[in-house]
Order: sequence, then structure tokens, then C-alpha cells
Amino acid sequence: MDHPAHEPDHDDAPLTTSKSHDAAATARETLVDARGDVLVGKSVTINKPRDELYAFWRDFANLACFMENVERIDVVDHQRSHWVVRAPAGKTVEWDAIVTQDRPGELIAWTSAEGAQVPNSGRIEFRDAGARGTVVSATILYDPPAGAVGRVIAMMFQREPAIQARRELRRFKQLMETGEIATSARTRQQREEERG
Amino acid sequence: MRALTWHGKHDVRVETVDDPEVLNPRDAIIRVTSTAICGSDLHLYDGSIPTMQKGDILGHEFMGEVVETGAASTLKKGQRVVVPFTIACGACYHCGKHQYSACDNGLPAENQDIAQVLYGQPMSGLFGYSHMTGGYAGGQAEYVRVPFSDTGPIVIPDGVDDDKVLFLSDILPTGWMAAENAGIEPGDIVAVWGCGPVGLFAVQSALLMGAERVIAIDHFPHRLELARHFGAETINFEQSSVYEALLEMTGGIGPDAVIDAVGLEAHGFFVDNVLDQIKVSTFLGTDRAHSIRQAIHACRKGGRVSMPAVYGGFIDKFPLGAFMEKGLTLRTGQTHVQHYLPGLLAAVMADKIDTTFLISHRLPLEQAADGYRLFHDHQNEVTKVVLKPGLQPA
Repeated sequence: MDHPAHEPDHDDAPLTTSKSHDAAATARETLVDARGDVLVGKSVTINKPRDELYAFWRDFANLACFMENVERIDVVDHQRSHWVVRAPAGKTVEWDAIVTQDRPGELIAWTSAEGAQVPNSGRIEFRDAGARGTVVSATILYDPPAGAVGRVIAMMFQREPAIQARRELRRFKQLMETGEIATSARTRQQREEERG
Repeated sequence: MRALTWHGKHDVRVETVDDPEVLNPRDAIIRVTSTAICGSDLHLYDGSIPTMQKGDILGHEFMGEVVETGAASTLKKGQRVVVPFTIACGACYHCGKHQYSACDNGLPAENQDIAQVLYGQPMSGLFGYSHMTGGYAGGQAEYVRVPFSDTGPIVIPDGVDDDKVLFLSDILPTGWMAAENAGIEPGDIVAVWGCGPVGLFAVQSALLMGAERVIAIDHFPHRLELARHFGAETINFEQSSVYEALLEMTGGIGPDAVIDAVGLEAHGFFVDNVLDQIKVSTFLGTDRAHSIRQAIHACRKGGRVSMPAVYGGFIDKFPLGAFMEKGLTLRTGQTHVQHYLPGLLAAVMADKIDTTFLISHRLPLEQAADGYRLFHDHQNEVTKVVLKPGLQPA
């Protein structure tokens, strides 16, 4: 894997749980064409084989069904996808993402194309977890911009980016394990309102 | 449809709201034929549970007829089903281990954050019980949307009365799991705090599991009488000192297993209760817990503590020293209802367990608010209120 070599003065906890201020810088070193200075990471265990989870994720158009605020993702070619994200007042922000590493069944890493309004990069990893299925770990670096776009990002990541990442991974888990995404809405109209 | 909605402390109303719809493939819509008010609904009624919103539909004990199914539901229109109060997916790691109340997927992702912070990990969803447990509309209504209908509801054979099987939804499995958690061995003496429905079912279950004696503790004479009817000995804590009585009734040893079926609304004027009450009202603590303290104090050395009682927050003065020094074991948790349904339905059908004795009042859904007031104000006489949407007002 792309984790930094073990150093005697470091523990074995993931970088994303580090109390150190330079954790993002260290994480950047593990990514190809890293972009972004804020580090977010979460893991979830999904009761499905990793090949199945990887295959669903690798078809980026699928991601819009469980990512809140992502309107759609157009697959341009095998490496490049175009992201359309909902913004306040009916607007959207868009950027291209480029796959930088791809190991079937194991890992997908990406970085945003030059000129993206929201520079970001990251990696999603799939690791066997025996009878429990697969551990899926997301590591994301991004630059929170100021102004209107900043508000979009605030919305995308809600108040707390780590919480939002956890929610997205849990929706992914629900979809993979149960075939649907849990909702407590009572009517179609309520569900639409909750989705904003 | 008509539904019982929450508007604040001691303010519940039957209102007209939108009918539920099938939203996910595994959903079913149930037309409710019977739904009960649970003792834990009184916690909502009293305003003790956070994350409630005006207009929330209450009720987590219900049964009815299937009227609509999603593409992946295994139910068929016209079937009669009892619905577990725990909303569990049947597909995750925990459901695979039959730990249904620990289901990973029953709660919408956006409702998992509070429990994540408060408890470390979120639990399953629950019907009609605040937004921390999912914000799902409950069963005190004409219709309910039931998620994961292929894994939760149990089909009831034709010709069986609602009253006989309704309590499979919560309190019967909860009382049964309480006795199971007490790890009862033949010859045991078991003490049960609280003769509400869960306590009374725990009494019945403990005896079925081989307890030699069960001692039931409460202060409502009618409820103690019901416990005695099932073969329990009783202690009225207003008449006798509970710890002293338990020790004398067990030859100075203490009960082998103790079951706290009271929980956060423990009644009575004990010093620690009054202090807890002050802390609740000043937000210094959330739970009142006299019964669990007393249970641990009375339990014999090396004994077992089972706690079906509902606690939500933090406890002061937990007797950790007594717990450690005596080497006790504590087992607890929300009920894994789905795990117990087939066995308990069979026990009910074979008349090994009777649940109908509990029902003291049957009311039309329209009178649900009266039912809450009645249950809240008269806990000696009112043992269980069952609401029947189809019942004509008397």
C-alpha cells in the first residue's frame, strides 16, 4: 500500500486520526498529483466481497446515487469523469476528476484536473476483512475555498467534513448490503424535500 | 389517514396526515388493526426523550394487514403481520449474528450522528421513537410504512386474535430476553424490579426457563397481584425494605439473578431518586436509576444482572465498587426482536405464554390522547392500553 514506511516514533493509527498539524502534508506524499491541504478520512466495513464493491465504485456514474448533493457524474473516458455538484440557489459547481492509480479490487486514486474550483484528490481502498466482508477506506484532501464556492463546499461536507464522509460511506454500505438507502420519510414528497 | 402525533410534553393529538407510500423496494404498507401504548411511550409523553419534533407519529407496538408491497418485499397483500419495533436490515454483520437491535443499516445515515457521538456507535432504527432512532413514523396510525418488510414482520396464522399476538412486537420478546440475559440456572431465585408488562413477562419467562422462585418488586398492588397470579412472590417497596426483604427471603444470600425492568422513570421517594430528578431538570444528568442501584446492591456474590430497562444517558453513583467486588455480570440491550419471534409465536400458539391478561383498556385510535392520559395518571389500574383504528367509539 501507499502508506509511509513505519517509523519507530509513530504509532500504527491511520494518518487521518493524527493529532499532528502536518498530517495532511504527510498524506499528500502518499498520493500521485496530490491536491488539497485539508485531510479527511473514514473507514466502513461492508458485508460484501471487495471485487464487487470496487466494480460498483469504479463506474463513477454510480456514485451519485448515494452521495448527497452530487447531481450527476459523467464518465468522459476510462480515466476522466466530470462531476456536477448542487450549489445554493439552484446553481451547480463542476469539475473534472482524473484517475491517477487503479488497482482492480484494491484501490482507486484520483486528483482534480487543472483549474478545478475545488482542488481535491484522494483514494478509496478496499481490503479483505474475512467473515466481515471488506473494509472500505476513503482518504480525501481538498482545499476549502472562500466565497460562494466555499459555501458549496460547506454544504457538500456539511458542518463537519469527517461526518459527511462517514454519511456517504454509510449510504454506500446500505446500498451494497441491503439494495436500498434507508429513509425515514413517509411519502415521496417528504423524501424529495429531505434530499433538497 | 388519522394518526397520533406528538406536540410536546403531555400534548399528543390525533390528526389527519398524508398516507405513507412505498419508497424503497423492500418496503410494505401495513393497515394497522391493533397498536399499543408502551410504558416507554410515556417517556416521550413526559418530554424526557430528546430529538422529538412536533408532528412525529408515535407507536412502536403494532400489527395489521399488508395492503401494499415494494418489489423486493416477500409479504403478500392480505397477510396479517406483527411488526418488530426494531428496524433491522437482515443483511449486515450484526443481523447475521442475530443482534438485530445493533443493525448497521436500519438508521438513515443522517440520523446516525447523534448516537455516534453519544454512544460511540449508532444502533438500529426504531418506529416512532425520536429522531435519534431514525425519525420513523410509528404505528399509532391507520397505516405505517414498514422498511425491510422481508426480514422483520412475522406472518400470523388466520383465526388468531390480535390481542393474543400483538405483544410479540416488543414487550414479550423484551421480557423473554431479560430472563435470558439473567442466565437462569435450575433452582435459581430471581428478583424482578418493576411489574409493568416487561417485568411481568420476565416473571413468566424466568419460571419457564427453570427458576425455582421469582420475587417481583413494585408498589402498585394490582400489578403485584398479576405477578402473584403467575407464581411470583412479591415485595411492595412501600410496605417493606427491599434489600432487607430480599436477603431474608433468600436466607441471607441475595437473589442469584436480578432483573431491572423499571429504568429511567423509577418511582418513589428515595434520596438518590430525588437527587437524580434535580439533575434531570437542570440537565446535569439524564437518567434516574434507583432500581439498578438497588438490584446490584441486593444481588448475591457472583450473580447476574439483567437490565431490560431503558436508559439513555449517564448515571451518577453507579455502584461500581459493589459490582466489581461481588464479581457480577451485567447483560442488557435493546431487544433483538426478530431473533425471538418464531419461538415466541410458537409458545403463544401452544398456550405456554399468555399475554392477553395484560390488556386493561381497548380504545379507538381517535381516543388515543385519552389513552395516554389514562395510562400516565392511573398506573395501578391501567396495565395496557390497546388502540384499535377500526373500533367504534363507545
